[in-house]
This record gives sequence, structure tokens and C-alpha cells, in this order.
Amino acid sequence: MTSSTTEPTTYAVAADADVVRVRQAVRDLAVQAKFSLVDQTKLVTATSELARNTLVYGGGGEALVALLDKAGRPGIEIWFRDEGPGIPDLDLALTDGWTSGGGMGLGLSGAKRLVDEFEVDTAPDRGTRVRIVKWRR
Amino acid sequence: MSEETYDWVRLLQENRDDVLARWTEIVRGSLAGRMSATESSHDLREVLDALLAGQGSTDVRSPSYDGLRSLLAELSRTRARQGFTPTETAVSVFALKEAVLGLLQASGDLRGYRAFADLSGLVDELGLFMVETYSATRETVIAEQAESLLELSTPVVKLWDGIVALPLVGTLDSARTQVVMEALLQALVDTGSEHAIIDITGVAAVDTQVAQHLLKTVQAARLLGAECIISGIRPQIAQTVVALGIEFGDIQTKANLSDAMLLALRRSGLDVVKSGRGRG
Repeated sequence: MTSSTTEPTTYAVAADADVVRVRQAVRDLAVQAKFSLVDQTKLVTATSELARNTLVYGGGGEALVALLDKAGRPGIEIWFRDEGPGIPDLDLALTDGWTSGGGMGLGLSGAKRLVDEFEVDTAPDRGTRVRIVKWRR
Repeated sequence: MSEETYDWVRLLQENRDDVLARWTEIVRGSLAGRMSATESSHDLREVLDALLAGQGSTDVRSPSYDGLRSLLAELSRTRARQGFTPTETAVSVFALKEAVLGLLQASGDLRGYRAFADLSGLVDELGLFMVETYSATRETVIAEQAESLLELSTPVVKLWDGIVALPLVGTLDSARTQVVMEALLQALVDTGSEHAIIDITGVAAVDTQVAQHLLKTVQAARLLGAECIISGIRPQIAQTVVALGIEFGDIQTKANLSDAMLLALRRSGLDVVKSGRGRG
């Protein structure tokens, strides 16, 4: 049973500075939930990748950050939402080294490896929603 | 319209000196000596004349107020730069209402109140216009400060003959990376160095964008004939970078700056030895 223990906080992702802001908010929450230093860094880095995707490929959007609780075990859930062009071929986008922009092609696939739960809901012209969760070990 | 026979333009014209004196008094009081009497009374006289030049229009954006808007914009910008608060800025125009009201109360002129109501709305709009200009200027000031911080935070230091180091702290975004890369390449050329150490101990997170920027900087340095060593990779960063799948290829990395410095020295044909114990 998963139940949100906090109302999600919404952050706009419209500029480079917003990516940093979301990242800092996630780091603060991870510290508060007593995540290990490695897990903090992994979650913050995944947030950085996905927030930047929202900005660069989705044309901006928002990030919702919430603290979860599963039988006393804290977790952090983050949603990234944009109303951009969507991802036409998700399998291709999740392939290491493939990029539609000028990046390294590791953002989406790398972020997936950094977290415990990873879901993408996307379709052409319907925008993209990415949900990630990391639980405290 | 019957009001035209006695509108606020006439009200102000007939009582120009009295209004100006009251107005100056109120503004000076609110600024608490941070502005000289002559300075503020000069400013306000100009504003009043420009206001009268609009011939009673209540549309702040109308061309007849071009002069007034540029005066107020200039005033707002100056106050923003001088560190006045938005209230201390907008009070310059809002105080006109108080001045006119004070005048009407003193003279007991009932005709004037209708004229005052019209003027009041216009003054409110002018006040908002000042606050808008004020905020825009403050944002420019903040952007300028961010810009100068950007340059401050990227010092390239010389560690030894032929060895320079670049300690990175904080967030590496595209704008900063550009500054960092330029600073490093320029230092390599200026000092004729063949070794550069990029220390990322102070970088909070290394994501693919940061890694890509680092790799590009190293490649650019190579084109100048310099080898880069990346140091200060903390354990949690190392694990994250591996999970992300980033490969640093043949770029030399070290856990800390001192290891990187030793490597650079050895590559330059130097070594660090304890005195009295000889080489080895």
C-alpha cells in the first residue's frame, strides 16, 4: 500500500534556473527522508536529466515532488509533465546513445537506471509524463 | 461635459505652486533625507508639467504622456539603482493625491472633489507604471550580478610551471561552462601550460549535460596541445556516473586534487621527493 504523506509540491520548469531549483528541492527532501549520500546523488541526477528533458524537448512544463511512505519506508515520487511534441518512439528514446537533440543520449535511459520506479506516458502531440520513485534503502 | 469647466488640469494649474510645495514636502518626508530638497522639487516640477501636458487624458499609454512616462521611468530606474524600496519609488506620484486632497480640505472647494476623483485614478496607474519599471530595473541589476558571479566563480590558478588548475564549484550550466572553457583555454595559452586539472569537488551533481560540457572542454584543450586531468570525483558521483552510463574514455581522472597534481608533475618529468632521503 502506497500512500502520499505529503501533498505534492509543483515547480515550474521553464528555464535553466528552474532545473536547478527542482534539483535543490529534491535534494532537500532526500536529506529530510534520510537517503544515503549515493541515493541522494542518484535521485538528484535523475531529476536533473528529466527536468532538462522537460525543458529542452518538451518546451517547458512542471515537476511535482511528493514524499511517499510505504509501511514506514520513505520514498520520493516525482512527476515531470510537459505539453510538448511527445516521444514518437519510446523504445528508441530509451536506447543508450540515441539522441534527437545534441545530448549524449543517456538522459532518459540513464535516469531509468538511477531510480527504483520509472514510467513514461507519451504519444506524439500529447506531451510527455514521466514518473519516477526512489525508495530509501 | 460640465466637468470640463473645472477638471483636474485646471485645478492643478490654478494651484500649481501650492500643490508643488505640499507634494515636495510629503515626498521628502517619506524619503527621510535620502534625497535633497532641491533635487526632489526639481524632479516633481518636471513631472507635474509633463502631467499637465497630457491635457486631462486619463490613458497613461496615450502619446500625450510620452514625456511623463519617460520621466517616471527614468526616476524609477534611478531609485531602483540607488536601492530605494518600491514604496519609496511609487510614493513620488502617489503623494500627489495627498497633496491635492490636503489643498482641497484647506480651501473647502467642493467642485474640486470630482476633479480629484479623476486625477486619483490616473495617479494610481502612474504609480503602477513606476513599480513595473522599478521591478524591471531590479531584475536587470540581479541579472548583472549573476553575470559577474559567473566570472568570479571561475578562477584558473597556476599550480606549477606548465600546470594550471580550474576548481569548479556549484552548478555547471551551459552559460557557465562557456565562461569556464574560455577561461581555461585562455589560461593555457597565456601560461603556455601543457597540463590542466579540472577539479569538480565542488560540483553538486554530474549529469549528462555536465559530463558533456567537461568532455568538450577536455577536447578543446587537447586541440591546444594540453592534457586535462579531472579530479575531485567523489564516491557518490562515481557511482552515479557509472549508473548513467557516461564514459570518460581515455581522460585521466583522479579522486582528489593532490593525486592529480602529482600525476601532472610526473608527466612533466618532475617528481616529489622527501628531502634527505633521495629520489625514489
